[in-house]
Amino acid sequence: MSPVVAFFERVRAIAIKEVTQLRRDRLTGGMIVGIPLIQILIFGYGINLDVRHIRAGVADYANTSASRALVSQVEATQVVTFVRRAPDVLALRRMLAAGEISAGLYIPPDFERRQLGSGRPLAQLLIDGAEPGIEGALRGLGTLPLRIRAGDRSEPRRTLAVLTEYNPEHRTAVQIVPALIGVILNMTMVVFTAIALVRERERGNLELLITTPVRSMELMIGKLAPYVVVGLIQTTIIVFTGVLLFDVPINGAVWQLYVAASLFIAATLAMGLVISTVAQTQFQAMQLGFFTMLPSILLSGFMFPFDGMPRPAQWVAQALPLTHFNSLVRGIVLRGAGLQELGPAVLKLSAFLVVAVTIAASRFRKRLG
Amino acid sequence: MAEHGEGARGRDLAVEARDLTRRFGPVVAVDHVSLDIERAHIYGFLGPNGSGKSTTIRMFCGLLRPSSGTVRVLGYDIPRESERLRTRIGYMTQKFSLWDDLTVLENLRFIARIYTLEKSLAARRIAEVLEEFSLRELSGRLAAAMSGGQRQRLALAAATLHEPEMLMLDEPTSAVDPQSRRDFWESLFSLVSRGTTILVSTHYMDEAERCHRLAILDQGRLVAEGAPERLMSELPLQVIEVHASDIDKVRLQLHRLPEVRSLAQLGMRLHVLVDRKVSDAGALVKQALMQAGLSAEVQATRANLEDVFVAATLPASEPAQRGAA
Repeated sequence: MSPVVAFFERVRAIAIKEVTQLRRDRLTGGMIVGIPLIQILIFGYGINLDVRHIRAGVADYANTSASRALVSQVEATQVVTFVRRAPDVLALRRMLAAGEISAGLYIPPDFERRQLGSGRPLAQLLIDGAEPGIEGALRGLGTLPLRIRAGDRSEPRRTLAVLTEYNPEHRTAVQIVPALIGVILNMTMVVFTAIALVRERERGNLELLITTPVRSMELMIGKLAPYVVVGLIQTTIIVFTGVLLFDVPINGAVWQLYVAASLFIAATLAMGLVISTVAQTQFQAMQLGFFTMLPSILLSGFMFPFDGMPRPAQWVAQALPLTHFNSLVRGIVLRGAGLQELGPAVLKLSAFLVVAVTIAASRFRKRLG
Repeated sequence: MAEHGEGARGRDLAVEARDLTRRFGPVVAVDHVSLDIERAHIYGFLGPNGSGKSTTIRMFCGLLRPSSGTVRVLGYDIPRESERLRTRIGYMTQKFSLWDDLTVLENLRFIARIYTLEKSLAARRIAEVLEEFSLRELSGRLAAAMSGGQRQRLALAAATLHEPEMLMLDEPTSAVDPQSRRDFWESLFSLVSRGTTILVSTHYMDEAERCHRLAILDQGRLVAEGAPERLMSELPLQVIEVHASDIDKVRLQLHRLPEVRSLAQLGMRLHVLVDRKVSDAGALVKQALMQAGLSAEVQATRANLEDVFVAATLPASEPAQRGAA
């Protein structure tokens, strides 16, 4: 038997064993399907960066049809819902301080006169600055183009026109769901392989395994390959749910999404293998696996824009597969970009995979001491 | 040891170890062990837990690097050539090390694939070992659901699947009932008759006695080596057997005699090991007991392996015996 054939024979031996064990493990099998499904539902519905229906109050000193039109128009943006009516500004301030409302609209008595083009602001919006998310959303209201009078044919006042591409409705799900593919895979994949070698060590299988002719690299590839398929199953679940429940548009080619996902899954699994060669117990492996998760989620551009991060954080982010997958998946799913346009990210993921598998294989000594 | 030089030339050796030493930090687990193992022999390692049996076997397999000393196994320089040794040896660990969540058949198929046996050969060998080790009816059973004896048969089947020239068995019968142990040894003899060399470690005297040759290890040192019968007949101590009803008192009494090197109780019998230089050891023991007013039946007897073991592991004893083959 030629060395190449023997190589693949032994990789296949390990892979078949892993699949057989995985098939027999009902709970893990359930988790392969259950975890991504539950995560996508929780994140898809739960993480909502659009701030809507902020509780607000109004103190209308003008009390004219025009001022009432202003109130209803502000409410029509859905950013705020007026739940309180205050007799004066003092009362409005009190409500704000008490936390009953997060915003207060003060319409001055000379509201009508201001409309006639004095250049002064029409009304004042009081914002509870304690919550940064809310402040950001409400600041947008300050530039709201208004058409106050019924039958007003003049151009509405426009201070700033905001144009958002690729997600015009500002729906968070559209941004979040594609990135969730990476986050969820990152969570499940690392742990799969992180415990893979440690488990064999703890159960005593490793002592036998290392007396067989299997090579370190064969062991690593054989352990990794079956879980790539598992990861692709999870990808399918997330994409399917995303399209079905959250109307996430897939603008690029689906096969390219799968190529990118395979690459990312393999890279993440390889990271798990490295952990597995460091950890001595399954518990340590789990801890280390989780340890890699938070930086991935926070620094990959999933939560915060990559460009806004300080330099050192960007360097760390460059070393995380999730960063590159996120830019790939957003490109393919939302912007309809192709793999060739996203070449650098593909290259970086591939490099990560090769380096990590090599480290794992060279760290794994076929020796007890 | 002149014996080794002569042996290496005259015999076909499976293992040649010279001054093999392994330290774990300050602990010397194996201390300058030199020994030869002939092909197609059963060679036993006898010793208490922690005597260095497992560590020595692991060094032979290339799983542990020796701190110093050399070992050649089947002609390969270990650990340098241990990868090439892999396909020619079978190793059975002390703890069951096949996969609990795989069936008998799945475990054997995995081993066949990992040793890259040709498909037809693999099928033939799996059928053969299933037959040989009475596993046919159990082929669909998960390893986790099998008894100690069944698991041990599976482990031996897996270790012999690729027809290795040499088997290294590390306390293979420690979790097994007496009947399974007997069957197991029959399998070993059958393998040896077909030319396989077997190295087996044990702490059972009856098993040690079945080996062609034996090494007694104590605290990492080789304290006695030779064929079991030789070791027993050439014991440099006399063995006096005492039958008595009040065995505890007899024991206390005999402990006081300076000529008595050691005492070993076997049920209602006591084996008393006495220095060779005492001319009539039986009379000495008899007299000591009479003086103490204890009635007992006293007679000289031939040494058993337990006596050899006790004598070899005596602290500060006479120079350890090394019987010639």
